[in-house]
Amino acid sequence: MKKTAVSFTLNNEQVDVLVEPRELLIHTLREKLSLTGSHIGCETSHCGACTVDMDGISVKSCTILAVQANGSELMTVEGLASDDGLHAVQEGFMQEHGLQCGFCTPGMLMRSYRFLQENPNPTEEEIRVGLSGNLCRCTGYQNIVKSVQYAAEKLQAKEEG
Amino acid sequence: MSTSAESIEREEKLQGVGCSRKRKEDPRFIQGKGNYVDDIKMPGMLCAEIVRSPYAHARIISIDKTEALALPGVHAVLTADDLKPLDLHWMPTLAGDVQAVLADEKVVFQMQEVAVVIANDRYIAADAVQLVKVEYEPLPALVDPHKSMDSDAPVIREDLIGKMDGAHSKRLHDNHIFTWDVGDKESTDQAFEDAEVTVKENMFYHRVHPCPLETCGCLASFDKIEGKLTAYVTSQAPHVVRTVVSMLSGIPESKVRIISPDIGGGFGNKVPIYPGYVTAMVASIVLGRPVKWVESRIENLTTTGFARDWHMEGELAADNEGRIKALRVNVLADHGAFDACADPSKFPAGMFHICTGSYDIPNAYARVDGVYTNKAPGGVAYRCSFRVTEAVYVVERMVDVLAQKLGMDKAEIRLKNFVKPEQFPYPTALGANLDSGDYHTALNKVLDAVDYKELRKEQEEKRANGELMGIGIVTFTEIVGAGPSKSCDILGVGMFDSAEIRVHPTGSALARMGTITQGQAHQTTYAQIIATELGIPSEEIQIEEGDTDTAPYGLGTYGSRTTPVGAAATAVAARKIKAKAAKIAAHLLEVSDDDLEWDVDRFKVKGVPGQEKTMKDIAWAAYNNLPEGMEPGLEAVDYYDPPEYTYPFGAYLCVVDIDKYTGVTKVRRFYALDDCGTRINPMVIEGQIHGGLTEGYAVAMGQELSFDPEGNIEGNSLMDYFLPTAVETPHWETDYTVTPSPHHPLGAKGVAESPHVGSIPTFTAAVVDAFAHLDVTHMNMPHSAYRVWQKCHELGLDKAK
Repeated sequence: MKKTAVSFTLNNEQVDVLVEPRELLIHTLREKLSLTGSHIGCETSHCGACTVDMDGISVKSCTILAVQANGSELMTVEGLASDDGLHAVQEGFMQEHGLQCGFCTPGMLMRSYRFLQENPNPTEEEIRVGLSGNLCRCTGYQNIVKSVQYAAEKLQAKEEG
Repeated sequence: MSTSAESIEREEKLQGVGCSRKRKEDPRFIQGKGNYVDDIKMPGMLCAEIVRSPYAHARIISIDKTEALALPGVHAVLTADDLKPLDLHWMPTLAGDVQAVLADEKVVFQMQEVAVVIANDRYIAADAVQLVKVEYEPLPALVDPHKSMDSDAPVIREDLIGKMDGAHSKRLHDNHIFTWDVGDKESTDQAFEDAEVTVKENMFYHRVHPCPLETCGCLASFDKIEGKLTAYVTSQAPHVVRTVVSMLSGIPESKVRIISPDIGGGFGNKVPIYPGYVTAMVASIVLGRPVKWVESRIENLTTTGFARDWHMEGELAADNEGRIKALRVNVLADHGAFDACADPSKFPAGMFHICTGSYDIPNAYARVDGVYTNKAPGGVAYRCSFRVTEAVYVVERMVDVLAQKLGMDKAEIRLKNFVKPEQFPYPTALGANLDSGDYHTALNKVLDAVDYKELRKEQEEKRANGELMGIGIVTFTEIVGAGPSKSCDILGVGMFDSAEIRVHPTGSALARMGTITQGQAHQTTYAQIIATELGIPSEEIQIEEGDTDTAPYGLGTYGSRTTPVGAAATAVAARKIKAKAAKIAAHLLEVSDDDLEWDVDRFKVKGVPGQEKTMKDIAWAAYNNLPEGMEPGLEAVDYYDPPEYTYPFGAYLCVVDIDKYTGVTKVRRFYALDDCGTRINPMVIEGQIHGGLTEGYAVAMGQELSFDPEGNIEGNSLMDYFLPTAVETPHWETDYTVTPSPHHPLGAKGVAESPHVGSIPTFTAAVVDAFAHLDVTHMNMPHSAYRVWQKCHELGLDKAK
């Protein structure tokens, strides 16, 4: 099948890649670009294990064609930590035991990263609703809520400090 | 043992047993650096996709591969005919039956594997699957297990016609798999005849699926030059897979390397060997290139190991005061088209004999009949501990039914019948030997914590107002840690497990076990055990599992057996090292080892301050300064054959409010007390509990795999299959008591499946209790809004006042 040249910014780096028009973004990220943090947990767009950040919104990359990402700004879990160390959401999940098998974690983290920009000081209810596009089979969500609360507090402190 | 502030500080630094140590696994997972099967790439790797049956039951007339093979990028299309010369078109199952790898003459469940396509990538493979033309002749499908043994029932397994000696018993019908029974039928029948009160209830523990977020997959690579097969597999028992693959392929076990890398959840789904693994391995052997197979969610839900599907008839006999005299259970077990139920080979109904529960029941008898239907194989999965889910469900439901008949309080009847602390070890009427327990303390703690009396009072008031409020109580006893090799084996291999610990010259350590984590934090908790035993900080102890070339042989992780068996092996291996370390310390300090005492991380000469050697000193000496005749190095192995199972227990209480007009059930409160003996890492235990309770909520309140009369599976994707999000999932309250296992080296019991096992009947108990004043004794799961509304409607509760 004929391939199309696609360019985007991925974790702050310019990327050029040749893809078939039918290629899902998740496969481009995982298979062509070897960013295997994002995962696939379903084929009906429910689980959110493939969640990445695209132009400032959380998207399920199993439900986007790579060609649609042309010209966009993408961020995956691999781009969360910076030279300063782990991002607050990563630290939160580790401190509050917000992961077990780790399979939903990259999607959860990318969603939490964006969610806390949408709502920096969320209630428990708002966190639960805000992360409802992401399924987890291990944690029962309770510690994920605590992880996001931890990150929210940490980010707030940083803002104020 | 000194308890000086200084030694307490050293102990804290170890991050050993009992502390909520943060997980060593997390850094890689939170940075997307885990290594799951589908992350792995190999040079020349191809992808496999499976052609599946649209019918539940049909003859295969022909398979035409021509068009698929003509598609550029397609390397092979394999069918049963290609596997026959290798005798691999069928494979053995853990239940002693066989399962078709690729369907030969007919298909026996919908979406069964018919052919496998190997192509350059998964996109081309998916295209090619569409081009494989299979002609079928449909046959009548059998989906109702109650009709399996009818005289005119369609025969599902033509390969077994006339073979009436099954793997577990005589077969009574072509669709009969086994009869298994336990207990004293005569004394039980007599107790029922003599009883003042008897109750009977039918209940269906419906078919559900463990649905791990990562599906099953495999990357097989056969090296033609070395004659070695390496396969990365989503397997909860990689060593067992290696043995089976070796036996089936004829490749020596030393040239089969199975690696379970990071696994995105197992939940029992990843115990069996699936046709996808076998076909990927065969394709790699045939093509001489790595072949990857990763299934979709729909394939996972439809064709891999389901859970439950037991039709149970429970009976209790008691006196008028509510003292239980006898339990009788009769089960019809729907196993699908092949018996691939993952059990120790002598236990076709798993550990169902634990169904006398937490109660001192003098007489009991249970019988289970397994039957074939046109459905996918499975049965044991999804935190069931080998059918303990079903066992706990039936006994807890029956105790409620009895309480209701006698007009007794549901907590009171339990307190009255509990095995008492002084009765342990307690031999049950069905042959379990409960190791330890204090059920009264546990239940009373829960009742106090939730103010049970006040809840019942509120319920009275609500009932008077026509509102539906239910209180569910379950007090369960688990059986985990399979198991003693005299009775427990997997395909002939005793169910021991193992640990190998190696202390390096500079005092850090590498340890490997025969189990395999799928998220339960073994890399953290095993290190904690070794840390406490040897005085090496857990940070400096590297734990590995899952690579059969390097880890000692073990039976894997399922049935909550890691702590009971693997952790026991770890402690024993560490103690072997410590015993050698004591001799080295004595040599270095020039005293007898009787003169030494252990203080956290060092041996001290009794009564001589300052005379001491740390484990670090000893490790170095083990490589250069040893007592005469002692072997250099500091390492040990232990293969632990457990003397008994461990029997953790719990007391769970749930309060629900039901909207009688919509049937929507809201969980107001769920309080879970678990006692798993010594707690290695409370943080990790709590995480296991949260996950298990959430699964229980899903199973009881919405999950279901059902079939229409033609055998079409229904609800087999996330469009319908209920996985709760953070919004639906209730807030969990957890608690504990500590009743150690007397036979376990650490006093620790397994726990991970307890929350699933215990919570499900708790939800049913709460929902049914909401209707108990209307003489409802049982309602089948799932308690979805529609089904609960049906009950409201049947009772006329949804009519406006």
